[in-house]
Formats: sequence, structure tokens, C-alpha cells
Amino acid sequence: MSDRPQPSSPADLFFSFTWLALQGFGGVLAIVQQELVVRKRWLTQEEFVEEWAVAQIMPGPNVVNLCLMIGGRYFGLRGALAALAGMLTVPLVLVLLLALAYAQYGSRPDVVGALRGMGAVAAGLIIAIGFRLFDALKTNLLGLPVSIALGSACFIGVVLLRWPQAYVLLGLGAVGCLLAYRKLKP
Amino acid sequence: MSAAPILALQWSDWLDLFMHYLAFSMMSVGGAITTLPEMHRYLIDQQYWLSDAQFNASIAIAQSAPGPNILFVALMGWNIGMNAGGMPTALLGVLLAMAGILLPSSTLAYLAARWGHENPQLRAVRAFKQGMSPIVIALLIATGWILASTHRNPITDWPLWLLTAFTALIIWRSKIHLLWLLAAGAVLGAFGLV
Repeated sequence: MSDRPQPSSPADLFFSFTWLALQGFGGVLAIVQQELVVRKRWLTQEEFVEEWAVAQIMPGPNVVNLCLMIGGRYFGLRGALAALAGMLTVPLVLVLLLALAYAQYGSRPDVVGALRGMGAVAAGLIIAIGFRLFDALKTNLLGLPVSIALGSACFIGVVLLRWPQAYVLLGLGAVGCLLAYRKLKP
Repeated sequence: MSAAPILALQWSDWLDLFMHYLAFSMMSVGGAITTLPEMHRYLIDQQYWLSDAQFNASIAIAQSAPGPNILFVALMGWNIGMNAGGMPTALLGVLLAMAGILLPSSTLAYLAARWGHENPQLRAVRAFKQGMSPIVIALLIATGWILASTHRNPITDWPLWLLTAFTALIIWRSKIHLLWLLAAGAVLGAFGLV
């Protein structure tokens, strides 16, 4: 891990997470991948997926869990709190100001249109990151066919059947973990 | 549209709000957004601390603003506080709601991650990481898909779909900075082109 890029200090974590949170229109997760894996290369694709799997399965807001875990990797509790504060402080101030402005401008058609356009871009970003992370599955010990089968089942359950995400996550997750556990015979 | 209620909240009410958000935190497997029905039941049907319009605006603003979507919880606290007086109570509402939704789950996530990092060779830890990967990746694509398809009629809104597909392709295949694409989306939307 020593020859890999990593944050220089908790302050570096704070500002990095502030910067990426401010780019996250409609959600921050995809930006975390874009900034920390592609640009800064603090994490590999595989490490990111592993951290994110834990962040998803634990209760609580997923990106908050994720930023605590990534911060904690480097500077323990201090790093975790620095990352969390970076993720929340400036965006919180901004969202409160927006709430005040929204009362005034929220119904203007160009504002509504701009938000709609940004929403469509944000959706595209999330889908693209999903495809990019797909590469991480090529080294998965379940093998590509089983991985694709599990992934497809998940997509069908959530998008077409509209099952609650938590059930899909826990149900299919249990199947995936059991299959992997059996393959990992000691 | 229902009018915003005018509230006189006691300390016991604030404590009740905090305790409920502690509980929402532990219930929110798959993201805090999954507890929205419970929050609605508690804040509106049971206590009537928020109007429906305030509840929906809290979510819409947090979704469209930069930053994590969990800030919708801060806005709910803000609006409750505004209904109960003004700025000082609004800030108290933000503090209590955010502390409540974050404390239990964050503590748990941090401890679990640290335990996982200290025991990476355990069979169960490795099985969990490998077994969950395909599902969480598919969940990401599904989330993008749902975001792209909410309230949109494919016949009239095809330019939005096109914009989403075009964005996905560009980001997948190039390293262009996302802010350029967001700005382009905002301009196209503001001029009514998508």
C-alpha cells in the first residue's frame, strides 16, 4: 500500500470529500468512484466494490457509511470523522440556503428545466459507473456467469418487480455469500 | 396543498423526534430513503409537524442539490423547527434529526469496517466481499435506471432518455469532468430542449 497514492492528512480527506460532495447532484456515490478510484487512485476498483458492499448492507445512509470507511482506512477515527465532516458540512449549509431560495424561485420554468436536465445527466453517470465497475467482476471467484446471473436477478427484482431494495439486497446477498463461502473451502 | 402547521414544541417533543430518528437510522438497510414511509407516518400522520408539501419539498431539494441525499433529513428537521418558531428552533431541528439518523448507523458501520479490515483473511469476510459484489453493482445500475425513468413518459420525454444514455456512454468511455456534463444538462433543461 505504500507506493500507492493516498490522502496526505485528515485535512486532505476533509477537502477531498467536500469537493466530491459538491459535485454530487442527485447522489454522491458515483462521484466517489470517479474521484477516488479513477482520478486520485486511493482505491482500486475491487477495493471500492468491497467497501461499498459493506456500506450498502449496513443500516444508515450508504454514502455516509462509505465515507466513514474510506476515511477510517487511512487515519482511523480521525480520518473517518474528517471525511464525514467534509461530506456534510458545506453541502448542509448549501442545502439550507437552497431551501430558502426554493421558496422564491422553485416554480420558475427555467429552474425546473435545469434541474430536470441535471437529473438526467446524474442518472447517466450512475449507470456508467455501474458498467465501469463491472470490470471488477472478472476476477470474482464466483465466475462471470454466476455473477451475471445474480446481477440480472437483482436488476429484475428492483426495476421490473419493484421489490424493496433491502429485501433484494439481503435475499440475493445471502445467496451470493453462501455460494462464495462454499467455493472458499479452507 | 396543506398549510404548514404552527407548532409549540416542548423539550419532550424534541426528545421524541431525536429518539425516532435514532430508530430510523437502525431501520435504514439499503439507504435512509427506504424509511420514508415510516418518516411520513410519524411526522405527518401521527404528529402533524410538517405539511405534505414541506415533506415532499425536503426530499426534492436534497435530491437536486449537490451533496448526499441524506440531507433531506436535515431539511425535515429545519422545516419542523421553522414551524415551531424560527431560525433557532430550525437549527435545533437540523441538529437533532441529523444526529439521530447518523449516530447509530455510523458507529455500527465504522466498527464493522474496522473489524473487516483487521480480519481480511477470514473465510466469512472474503465470502461476503466476493458474494455481494455482483449484487451491489447491479443495484447501482438499477438505481440509475429508476432515476432516469421517474415520472417520464417515453413518448414525450425521449430527449431526456437520450441525454441519460449519451451521458452514460461518454462517462463510461472517456475521462471528461462530470461538471461539464452537468452544466450542459442544466443549459439544455433551462432552454426547454430536454
